[in-house]
Amino acid sequence: MKRIEAIRIITKELKHELVVCNLGFPSRELYSVKDRPENFYMLGSMGLASSIGLGLSLCTTKRVVVMDGDGSILMNLGSLVTIANQSPRNLTLIIFDNEAYGSTGGQPSYTGGKTDLAALAVAAGIENVLVVDSPQNLRAAYRESEKDLTVIIVKVEKQNANVPVIDIPPEEIKNRFLKAVRTHVA
Amino acid sequence: MLSKILFGELIRFGVNFAVSVPSSLFRNLLRMLETATEIVHIPVTREEEGVGVAAGAYLGGKTPALIIQNSGLGNSINALASLNMVFKIPLLLLIAQRGGKGERIPAQIPMGMATPHLLNAIGIPHYTPKSAKQIPKAFQKAKKWFHTHLTPAAVLIKMELMKNEKNRSD
Repeated sequence: MKRIEAIRIITKELKHELVVCNLGFPSRELYSVKDRPENFYMLGSMGLASSIGLGLSLCTTKRVVVMDGDGSILMNLGSLVTIANQSPRNLTLIIFDNEAYGSTGGQPSYTGGKTDLAALAVAAGIENVLVVDSPQNLRAAYRESEKDLTVIIVKVEKQNANVPVIDIPPEEIKNRFLKAVRTHVA
Repeated sequence: MLSKILFGELIRFGVNFAVSVPSSLFRNLLRMLETATEIVHIPVTREEEGVGVAAGAYLGGKTPALIIQNSGLGNSINALASLNMVFKIPLLLLIAQRGGKGERIPAQIPMGMATPHLLNAIGIPHYTPKSAKQIPKAFQKAKKWFHTHLTPAAVLIKMELMKNEKNRSD
């Protein structure tokens, strides 16, 4: 499965969920699949998608979906520990694992070596950790994740889609996101 | 007691979400935050992670503070610059400023000297009260910056300010 296919599957499931998306190609792919005010596209601060998602999930009753990557979560493994101990029920952390740093030239990451990301998440104290590699299983895992704090590791190909950069100014990304957070949904 | 003053200033600032990494100078303040009802307190594992959690809380409508030692400022610079400055996400940084007069740990000195320069380099104003009496003013200035510029502002608390309190709590 390509990452953009995985993003397409998750996006189809979304209603009013707040999405925090990792920088680089994941954000560009999400933007090209479906731009929505409820998407917060990171432009820098690599590694912090899960942390931003955690902070947000502790301040809203809406579901927060983080789209992270293997290289980025490896930069901020402590985040798994804090997430496990704070345990917000409304947080779904999706980690696209392509075993590479896809936005910087495809250098291999250690998840393609000896490191087991799912085991790391479990060891951090996260109870619901799912590993999927097919569209059907991803859809099922996402639906399951709506019940409680869940980490979904999605095995994807190394390939980036040929998609344009995000042309919305950063402050506008933030302002429309803030408005979406405040909007009450029935 | 200085921790009570700092706690009161956090409340007056409007902080309702505090993220922290342990600091010996702030030990009493962190203890107060553990039981505070007015402020949600989230301990994190590293300062840069805390910048992310605090930014998420701001997006969730909160007024966040990050309470750290200056030794951890170094690992947060990229996040403060490429997240907070870029998107205009404000943050109150309450920083225990080690490495000054009376510092007994040599490893605290280089970062202690670098701290104001690091903040200057990424455009974060910092206010360093010289006495307990000056603390409210420092917080007021940081608050004004926070709301006017929507970017981080720092209050630096020097070791000598906390010294008496530290001795009493030991």
